[in-house]
Amino acid sequence: MTSAPDEAQRLRDLKLLRRVRDRMDREYAQPLDVEALARGVNMSAGHLSRQFKLAYGEAPYSYLMTRRIERAMALLRRGDMSVTEVCFAVGCASLGAFSTRFTELVGMPPSIYREQTAGATAGLPSCVEKQVTKPIRNQEAPAVQLHLA
Amino acid sequence: MDITIHSSMLPHEDPEESLTFYRDALGFEVRLDVGGGKMRWITVGPLNQPDTNIVLYPPSATPGLTDDERRLIAEMMAKGTYAQVNLATKDLDGTFERVQAGDVEVVQEPTEQPYGVRDCAFRDPAGNMVRIQEQR
Repeated sequence: MTSAPDEAQRLRDLKLLRRVRDRMDREYAQPLDVEALARGVNMSAGHLSRQFKLAYGEAPYSYLMTRRIERAMALLRRGDMSVTEVCFAVGCASLGAFSTRFTELVGMPPSIYREQTAGATAGLPSCVEKQVTKPIRNQEAPAVQLHLA
Repeated sequence: MDITIHSSMLPHEDPEESLTFYRDALGFEVRLDVGGGKMRWITVGPLNQPDTNIVLYPPSATPGLTDDERRLIAEMMAKGTYAQVNLATKDLDGTFERVQAGDVEVVQEPTEQPYGVRDCAFRDPAGNMVRIQEQR
């Protein structure tokens, strides 16, 4: 049984975590890292990582990278940007780390994804496209192709 | 059948804070305000849509909740995973500029989404996600 002051503190902490998460959604294209995020809410990086994972089921760095990959998928599907351009546009400083994480989440490297999907979702209803094209959090994607045709 | 959408409910934590957001930042009118203290039911809506309402309500007053459920709802609101509303405007950029000029939490600047909408997002003071998409 938690006491009222404990619960009030818990709600305050959760609100700070929400600010961190919203900041990642807002500023994912900036060179954000967990230290900077933690400083923004006066927490240590370790404490933030642990608390964030307890609240949202994944570590803040993982959330940030998933957000970036999600955006990268959208940019790659447009077909008018190179993989390197997309990598930097979504805030990743390292092409290697970007490609590795992209491959883990999407099931294929960004270059292949770009080749296979550029223009592929044109004409799909947007509600369907949102589901089909979302990266899978916390679960490395099996290497299957999207059947969008 | 002739059914319209009359009102939808969004939870508040502090009625004055939520009222400030919907009335002052979004420019909604206040149509009804009942109850008192933290237990207020405030009906708001856009001036140009008099038949559609959002009721800002105190979720802890919902009958039949256990203490655990009440606590869970409060925690989900705090972490921002409980409720959401999607609004629309013809002038997304102008709306975004006006709303963000207030003391509000921006979640996303106007962005072209791969699923065919262009939208921006704010967090209301109770932790609800407020997305605004461009009408086109």
